[in-house]
Amino acid sequence: MGAPLIGARIPRKEDYRFLTGAGQYTDDVTLPRQTYAAFVRSPHAHAKIKSVNTAKAKGAPGVLGVYTGEEIAAAKLGGLPCGWLITDVNGQPMKEPPYPVIAQGKVRHVGERVAVVVAETQEQARDAAELVQVDYEVLQAVADGRLARAKGAPQLHDIAPDNTCYVWALGDKAAVDAAFAKAAHVTKLDFVNNRLIPNAIEPRAANGSYSRADDSYTLYVSSQNPHVERLLMTAFVMGLPEHKVRVVAPDVGGGFGSKIYLYGEDVVVTWASKQLGRPVKWTADRSESYVSDAHGRDHHTIAELAMDKDGKFLAMRVKTTANVGAYLSTFASCIPTILYATLLAGQYTTPVIHAEVTAVFTNTAPVDAYRGAGRPEATYVVERLVETAAREMKMDPAEIRRKNFIRSFPYQTPVALLYDTGNYDATMDAAQKLADVAGYAARKKASEAKGKLRGLGYAAYIEACGIAPSAVAGSLGARAGLYEAGEVRVHPTGTVTVFTGSHSHGQGHETTFAQVVADRLGLPVENVDIVHGDTSKILFGMGTYGSRSIAVGGTAIVKALDKIIAKGKKIAAHLLEASESDIEYANGEFKVAGTDKKKMFGEVAFAAYVPHNYPHDKLEPGLNENAFYDPSNFTFPAGTYVCEVEVDPETGVVKIERWSAVDDFGKIINPMIVEGQVHGGLAQGIGQAMTEGAKYDSHGQLVTGSFMDYCIPRADDLPSFQVDTRETPCTHNPLGVKGCGEAGAIGAPAALINAITDALGVKDIPMPATPQTVWRALQQKKAA
Amino acid sequence: MHAFNYHRPSNVNDAAALAAKSADSKLLAGGQSLVQAMKLRLAAPTDIVDLGMVKDLAGIKSDGKTVTIGAMTRHAEVTGSAEVKKAIPALAVLAGMIGDRQVRNMGTLGGSLANSDPAADYPAAVLGLGATITTTKGTHAADKFFKGLYETALRPGEIITSVSFPIPKRAGYMKFKNQASRFAIVGVFVADMGNGVRVAVTGAGPCVLRLAEMEKALGAKFAPESVAGLKVKSDGLNSDLHASAEYRAHLITVMAKRAVEAAMK
Repeated sequence: MGAPLIGARIPRKEDYRFLTGAGQYTDDVTLPRQTYAAFVRSPHAHAKIKSVNTAKAKGAPGVLGVYTGEEIAAAKLGGLPCGWLITDVNGQPMKEPPYPVIAQGKVRHVGERVAVVVAETQEQARDAAELVQVDYEVLQAVADGRLARAKGAPQLHDIAPDNTCYVWALGDKAAVDAAFAKAAHVTKLDFVNNRLIPNAIEPRAANGSYSRADDSYTLYVSSQNPHVERLLMTAFVMGLPEHKVRVVAPDVGGGFGSKIYLYGEDVVVTWASKQLGRPVKWTADRSESYVSDAHGRDHHTIAELAMDKDGKFLAMRVKTTANVGAYLSTFASCIPTILYATLLAGQYTTPVIHAEVTAVFTNTAPVDAYRGAGRPEATYVVERLVETAAREMKMDPAEIRRKNFIRSFPYQTPVALLYDTGNYDATMDAAQKLADVAGYAARKKASEAKGKLRGLGYAAYIEACGIAPSAVAGSLGARAGLYEAGEVRVHPTGTVTVFTGSHSHGQGHETTFAQVVADRLGLPVENVDIVHGDTSKILFGMGTYGSRSIAVGGTAIVKALDKIIAKGKKIAAHLLEASESDIEYANGEFKVAGTDKKKMFGEVAFAAYVPHNYPHDKLEPGLNENAFYDPSNFTFPAGTYVCEVEVDPETGVVKIERWSAVDDFGKIINPMIVEGQVHGGLAQGIGQAMTEGAKYDSHGQLVTGSFMDYCIPRADDLPSFQVDTRETPCTHNPLGVKGCGEAGAIGAPAALINAITDALGVKDIPMPATPQTVWRALQQKKAA
Repeated sequence: MHAFNYHRPSNVNDAAALAAKSADSKLLAGGQSLVQAMKLRLAAPTDIVDLGMVKDLAGIKSDGKTVTIGAMTRHAEVTGSAEVKKAIPALAVLAGMIGDRQVRNMGTLGGSLANSDPAADYPAAVLGLGATITTTKGTHAADKFFKGLYETALRPGEIITSVSFPIPKRAGYMKFKNQASRFAIVGVFVADMGNGVRVAVTGAGPCVLRLAEMEKALGAKFAPESVAGLKVKSDGLNSDLHASAEYRAHLITVMAKRAVEAAMK
């Protein structure tokens, strides 16, 4: 065997098909007798539907069916469920208003589905959709979460007075208040964590088909978790037996969270395919994506940090209003609570923390998990507070962090999590070196000589990944388990197909997972293929989000591999006429310990499938094993980012001069893929901090409804990233892995805003810090 | 997009005749705005008359005094043209800042001027250099061509055939981009014509406009400091999510100063 495969920069197996246009996305799937759906969407943020007249549309060329909320109600299709129950401060369950797949009687956000037209061609469906006449009675709207509970605010749902979904809290309030009372200094910030629009490169798409032959359905859908999609759709919405529905998520062009959820369109095309006896396909255009994909973030937070005179953290107090949009999307309720407040300890020993979160409904698109999901919001709170505290205490921002780092593990935080391991000094030290912090003063001087402002900012983030121990999640309100399944099928000739419940939509699982398998079995990596994304092929799966794939999905595969090796040892012992306990497996060979007697992996596989000489009395033929893995804890990736910016005070343009990122992801399987994930995450985090921000006007119209106004960062907005890693292996999974997909998006915004506020010499600046925002901040400072 | 009839004439007279046949026809001159509007179903012309095959509408000529560019010349050709680079380098620079590579390979000078998007780049050069716009029905001086938001002096059925740019002594263009769309929030074209200075601003108002005070100051002394202290009034300037009128007014001064610096290089 050659060099070890764990830690090898193996080029991605999937790139050949992606780069040569051979990928098969949902929209590429065109079935015999295919039809096409177009949705009529609400132009109003809040309105009563007085009538929907479909007569003209029904008579348009090529039209096969037009369905409104009325038909959906008559068909007894349920509403979209929420997968996490939050219990409020009074012990009451959160308010869960009905979320119909097509609006019933009222629309609550621009872009909400009002009707669907199915036709022979996509153009015919769209043409006819324009002929559906909807008579609306327009109502006052509320889009800003801060105004949702104001007196006289328009009310969205009868069952949710004051537009309140829940008021939830975590931590010891009395202890926090007591600590604040004796603090030498309190740092306070009041800010908005801006709403983001995911913009996966492949828009959402769904193609449902019904087979009369066996009364079954197949749904092709651009999804991050086909089994969850199937479970929610069959059990909670359509009332179908699960075994009659196959969900396939083929190649998926990005998700960032937005494709975790069950959407109304998926249900409608599946249902309509039976009504029409023909497959029904819908592919969002970009304009639809903007108004109908679940958005991310949108918090308003008041945060305070109490310190003693030496800058030792005593307590933290956080009050957040989370705008969840018009309806509860699949995991909307747990993002601003379970995945947010539990991370407020950060990397620090802050002994007591109290967080109160109020989730409100507004006339905007639903908000749910988006790359990082709660943890970027938490990191922004902690790291903006810490940096601001350092400035106010006239301390070095790295020193105040070091003064408060957790150094003893396992560490129980005051906000429920138990960190198994970490080494925050290691990533801080390495990041400071990489960033050449020592040379910063000279660079600042050089900038000043050119009339420019220079600033430096840190973010030392932590995240909880490897989601999640099912029992813990369940006790916190999860309505699903969060384990993962894997199956290893060894073929008679010794090649291997692995089936995983994780889903790859850009992460590179086909390569990373193959490396794990090939390394463990001692096989060439090309002998291993990874299959994912099809409920008819894969046992079960909870899918990919929360940086969980390698830590949970990868471990499930490892467990199955261990079973393969154990069975292989039994077969080899028989073939080699040795005791099973004497068989050792390494480098693709089953060996009798201390001898040169051996059988190759392929020989053992062959014996399993051609069992002429085989221990039939003790063993079944075949070599195929599966495993489920439910983690015992979260994993805790952490790291330090250092950002250095130069600001042009004449225009407000910020240029990122240096970006140094040192992450601790535990053991790394493929450093090249990890670097790619970090780069992508950083780009998204920088986007949030500098360019991206969804804006609704006071009427609930989305002002940033296209790339003309919503700015995804381009390559020339970004610096050349310097990235490095430190490895503190996770203690509770066999690979020692933690996950890396979200880190960049979690840590980047705070580092960048810390750098910009340092350059400008201001306490705070809102995100996105666009040139105009930066220029205004400088004008205000001048005027003050 | 909605269905439409597609026509591809080979000469400008046929194009005019075809366009005149339908009340709801549109000329396609690169299609970098029109096609987008059609795809969004915001525009639904019954007939599209594509000028792409009209050969005598494309090309670049220079006689030492003026550079004449055919209306269907693509932005990429202008930015890459040795003649333009030699005679009016600022014009080549400007064309290279329009949109992205794909837009520059399709979009045309005539299409941009006829559309008169308030944030388009070309109008700044046309007005800044005092160009002459030649059409199937005569000529227009730049100063009288741009009338307002998406509004020009073109009459119905009139097709731009070419634009003649007087060669300046020196000129510069500075563009402050909308970070999302990369259109101009403010673009300032400054030209020292030898017998006077012209300053044209795009992106800031309903259509491209001139700044007399800056022209006078630069006429007296063509140097960045001549305009650096000149404050522009924000009255009537555009205001949107990306830039308030005040910010735009401020940026006009900054971009004008930098355009002069570029012209002097």
